[in-house]
Amino acid sequence: MSTNAAQRVDLAVIADLITPRARVLDVGCGDGELLQLLERDKQVDGRGVEISQRGVNECVGRGLSVIQGDADADLGFYPDKGFDFVVLSQTLQATRNPKAVLDDLLRIGNHAIVSFPNFGHWQVRLSLLLRGRMPVTKDLPYSWYDTPNIHFCTIRDFVNLCDEVGATVESATALNAAGQRIGLSMPWWFWNFFGQQAVFLLKR
Amino acid sequence: MAAARATKKARKDEANDPSSEIVRFGAEQPLQLDAGALLSPFQIAYKTYGTLNAERSNAILVCHALTGDQHVASPNPVTGKPGWWDVLIGPGLIIDTDRYFIICSNVIGGCLGSTGPASINPETNKPYGLDLPIITIRDMVRAQAMLVDHFGIDRLFAVVGGSMGGMQVLEWAASFPERVFCALPIATGARHSSQNIAFHEVGRQAVMADPEWCGGKYIEAGKRPEKGLAVARMAAHITYLSESALHRKFGRNLQDREVLTFGFDADFQIESYLRHQGMTFVDRFDANSYLYMTRAMDYFDLAADHGGRLADAFAGTSTRFCVVSFTSDWLFPTSESRQIVHALNAAGASVSFVEIDTDRGHDAFLLDEPELFSAIRGFIHSAARARGLEETP
Repeated sequence: MSTNAAQRVDLAVIADLITPRARVLDVGCGDGELLQLLERDKQVDGRGVEISQRGVNECVGRGLSVIQGDADADLGFYPDKGFDFVVLSQTLQATRNPKAVLDDLLRIGNHAIVSFPNFGHWQVRLSLLLRGRMPVTKDLPYSWYDTPNIHFCTIRDFVNLCDEVGATVESATALNAAGQRIGLSMPWWFWNFFGQQAVFLLKR
Repeated sequence: MAAARATKKARKDEANDPSSEIVRFGAEQPLQLDAGALLSPFQIAYKTYGTLNAERSNAILVCHALTGDQHVASPNPVTGKPGWWDVLIGPGLIIDTDRYFIICSNVIGGCLGSTGPASINPETNKPYGLDLPIITIRDMVRAQAMLVDHFGIDRLFAVVGGSMGGMQVLEWAASFPERVFCALPIATGARHSSQNIAFHEVGRQAVMADPEWCGGKYIEAGKRPEKGLAVARMAAHITYLSESALHRKFGRNLQDREVLTFGFDADFQIESYLRHQGMTFVDRFDANSYLYMTRAMDYFDLAADHGGRLADAFAGTSTRFCVVSFTSDWLFPTSESRQIVHALNAAGASVSFVEIDTDRGHDAFLLDEPELFSAIRGFIHSAARARGLEETP
């Protein structure tokens, strides 16, 4: 949705977290790549929400159950604990009210999986420090004035938000620029500095 | 005049002796109506396209809208015009008649061969007129189910329809969930809104205010309330379009003249267009049927039929749904479709929802609308793969 599909290294990490035959809701499912992967490899009962007509048509054509809608407006209509996993991949930063959305994810799903680009990554910091301009990187290719991303956060910010909404972090993974996992033994500050993306498994 | 008489004769024949196939249900198979009465005997006129496969698993039921009919993909016998969805249904088209068996019936209460107010009441040997009990959407669906039984089909592959046809699709999914593999309701709602009821009331009052309506007994009196029915159609037709499409098509352009006449002729193209719509409609439709059909839509309220909770109408369903709306449809706006989608979500149903961006209004479902076609194609083909009707590509 907000980054290039080719860069979606987080999808494999997300798929690893999902148990076979689970009920999965993918919020901001784009063209349905993750849902299709999950239905094929994990036989999940998958549903999607996507804002763009192109994405929805693509999904429907792939045989996926996808609703045209947006995370800010539509999650309230889903029943409590209706899904085993609710996935929000690379979409949190494009929502108007990330806290309310996260709250809904934890209400609708037994688990929530959230992946997002880490605004604390060193390249972002360096770009702002040295060039004095909003960063435009391979993962964040938009200029500040036309970006769909309106609520960037760092890994540390997100951990704080999880505390605020009463979410327990079941596991967290940071991925470096090459899409490789950063060692689990590394401290948070290291993740926050070198992690280009993060994937969190949460529950409440 | 001779041509007009021929049309009239054709129309009369279509109500009782249609040029399509008919199945007659005798005294042993009455139709239980929501209004309480039993309708018996009765008949359903229908058209089929394509071939039913040996497993009887490839049948698609197409439900027509308010003034539609069974001639979905073949020329209409009254008007001679092409079938109303022949852009979608045919050999090699999106709903492929080489692959699927398409059934389209004239609904109960209609006027093209299924039992309706213009049909002969066997008890009196006169047309039913207003003696026909009120027909509901559920009654139409019950009758369709008997037609589907007649073909020996346990489970339809798909039920598809727009507007009033979409109401029937929803009713099918709610009443016979185990008989519907996938459902495609387009530009419709789970209930008729008060605004829609209001427009229908204007239409009905126009029909009944016509002196030729004769208290509903115009056929016996040898008259036709054409003016009232034409006005009803004109008012309704406006609701099928959008303001921007009307503006794009007509603006304030004058019809066949350079200056205003300062009178009540059809100076504007839009006036002339509406008059034409009204006039051609009375040639093919029965005024009492219009009263019954609009009433059926007004009474439709799927949530009310299920304790006030729409999700309960779909509880435990295994039907796959694809709900479609149009951005410029003010008769059944997207919010109505979203209510259906939210209810299906709450029921845990497999549902897709597509809002098509178009300025062509409610009638967009009858037009060549590429985004609509791409959604229908995707949904039907993927459902067909899940049903084992198509190879995985």
